Amino acid sequence: MNILIKNSHIIDPSQGIDGIGDVVVENGKIIELRVKSSESGVKDNSKLETRNSKLKIIDATGRYVFPGLIDMHTHLREPGYEYKETIKTGTMAAVKGGFTTVCSMPNTNPVNDNSSVTDFIIRKAIQEGACTVYPIGAITKGQRGEELAEMGIMYSEGCVAFSDDGKPVMSSLIMRRALEYSRTFNVPIISHCEDIGLSEGGVMNEGLLSLTLGLKGIPSEAEEIIISRDISLAKLAKGRLHIAHVSTEGSVRIIRDAKKRGINVTAETCPHYFSITEKAVEGYNANAKVNPPLRTDKDVNAIKQGLKDGTIDVIATDHAPHHRDEKLKEFDQSPSGISGLESALSLSLNLVHEGVLTMQQLVEKMAVNPAGILHLNKGALKIGSEADIVIVDANKEFKVEADRFISKGKNTPFEGWILKGMPVMTICKGKVYE
Amino acid sequence: MKLSSKDLLGIKELTKDEITLILNTASGFKDVLKRDIKKVPALRGKTAVNIFFEPSTRTRTSFELAEKRLSLDVLNLSVTTSSVVKGESLIDTALNVQALGADFMVIRHSSSGAPHLISKHIDATVINGGDGINEHPTQALLDAFTIKEKTGRIEGLKIAIVGDILHSRVAKSNIYLLTKFGAEVRLIGPPTLVPKEIEGLGVRIFNDMDSGLDAVNAVMVLRIQVERQGKGFFPSTLEYSKNWGLTSERLSMADKDVIVMHPGPMNRGLEVASDVADGPRSVILEQVTNGLAVRMAVMYLLAGVRE
Repeated sequence: MNILIKNSHIIDPSQGIDGIGDVVVENGKIIELRVKSSESGVKDNSKLETRNSKLKIIDATGRYVFPGLIDMHTHLREPGYEYKETIKTGTMAAVKGGFTTVCSMPNTNPVNDNSSVTDFIIRKAIQEGACTVYPIGAITKGQRGEELAEMGIMYSEGCVAFSDDGKPVMSSLIMRRALEYSRTFNVPIISHCEDIGLSEGGVMNEGLLSLTLGLKGIPSEAEEIIISRDISLAKLAKGRLHIAHVSTEGSVRIIRDAKKRGINVTAETCPHYFSITEKAVEGYNANAKVNPPLRTDKDVNAIKQGLKDGTIDVIATDHAPHHRDEKLKEFDQSPSGISGLESALSLSLNLVHEGVLTMQQLVEKMAVNPAGILHLNKGALKIGSEADIVIVDANKEFKVEADRFISKGKNTPFEGWILKGMPVMTICKGKVYE
Repeated sequence: MKLSSKDLLGIKELTKDEITLILNTASGFKDVLKRDIKKVPALRGKTAVNIFFEPSTRTRTSFELAEKRLSLDVLNLSVTTSSVVKGESLIDTALNVQALGADFMVIRHSSSGAPHLISKHIDATVINGGDGINEHPTQALLDAFTIKEKTGRIEGLKIAIVGDILHSRVAKSNIYLLTKFGAEVRLIGPPTLVPKEIEGLGVRIFNDMDSGLDAVNAVMVLRIQVERQGKGFFPSTLEYSKNWGLTSERLSMADKDVIVMHPGPMNRGLEVASDVADGPRSVILEQVTNGLAVRMAVMYLLAGVRE
């Protein structure tokens, strides 16, 4: 199908585009991009419209057009946990949330620590996926933190990064080796930073609230210690380090300092870390149980500042769907994670409404930078590139209702929230999802 | 006056007036317990199920006897005989017990918030019999009853709680209750077991026994779990008892009319010396007796919420 998106506000920071214009898609590729700075849009499409009878014309007046969003931190749960999510449902949820590319974390069953699992995910995604899926391979075999997994073979098969997400690599030696070895392929090592000795048994942020709820706390230092360690190791190994899901003020400060010192480190945070605090846990709300845990107001403010000043490069979802029954267990028995794909863009648009980010910066954090970090030929509306596009209504109100999530994971702490701004149409490789 | 909630989940959720109501009602039941015939027909025809997911002798027996004194039909479910070992979820267990016709469920569980979770899914009255390291509300109520009975008041008293505050639901419930009533609450123990953040609840922390016990009107000694040794909380039980064990010598720092309390079961010679536990200042066994009256009062008043 050929598509003409008319009169939209096109934002593509990778090409410095920020203006009203049209996008033309033919055979799944962007073939034309016409931008005018005035609000009136592009004058004459009549030739195009008559030439092409199969043309789908989308009037996007008053709406934004971004490059399709890229989530570099998604749990699709397949293989092994299809009751929580599948590649099919997870990618459909992604598309609904404005994402055209997701990167699936390796903590499946079996773990994506070898090329046959990588291959399975890629094939399944081609067959059933609504959007593009790039797998992230495990750093170590079985995510046990002991021996390196076959990164090279997984890389050739299509893995774009390596991470033992959910299970930090506790051996500094193995982490050093991973950061060194991965240089061969110039891919990042994504670190879930948690000192599991210090966080042992913890289920929420440590502080007065954890004390009064009688829940074991995880101090901020459990995250910060490993971030510091990994930054030191990245310097030693001259490797590419990407810090997953930054949640604390101290972490932002450590990463900011490291960047100033020229260390090759990038970082992401997730919408829940700049939208809510540990207070969401009150009443033993297992939907607010996530790892790292929700923190405090000062952390939220520091994360926003880190996003604003560029310390934090990426907004990722850490989409972690769980079955309803699992989240109905006792709080300390319930698994950690938030189903995030379908609320991430709206929560992030809040940062634009609040003046924390410009719309351009938002697109950088959710499309341009993930593509850059992972060396993906995506995240831009380039002529000739695959048509991965999201059309966004920045003012349309949206009520979060987990029952209406496409994801199998209904575990959201944002239930009932009214958010301003949402994706209204996602185009993946030229295929339109409304 | 009535209680506002059908459940007793914690002291946190109670007002000062509600606590006073429970304590006053307990006084009446204590008189009943002194009679030759100790049973009242107050809740005849109703059913209480004590679901204990964690081993407990004293709390369970106390609830069971209190329930029998109120003429409730009583069923005890303990974790070893329940279907939890067969993989049944907590909510399913509670729903099944409710389907049997339970009016009251007393829940003891190792997970904080377990009674709160159950209460969201069932209509029967839920009583927290101790959840994880969160609360043990009936213990705090019986402690308050004992303090009031012995000293006539709570307001203005200096009350020390000694030991493993971090892992103690008894301490938490007592802190909420005693601070609501305007007592000066002092927490004494090693910094590993007395987190600094807890000062946010309006208590004072002492790491040293002698200064902490100075002029106090009541001392609550908490049970030290021997397993904490070896986890870095303290090097040995010997060192613990040398520093924080309550001896008669240390007790002399306190007010001359001080009362010594312990929620049980005691480790004699570890957190409390035998001569103190058995001495003239000890009210430990009276706490046990008062527990019956307080639990009767709680169930009686909670039943009244529905009327």
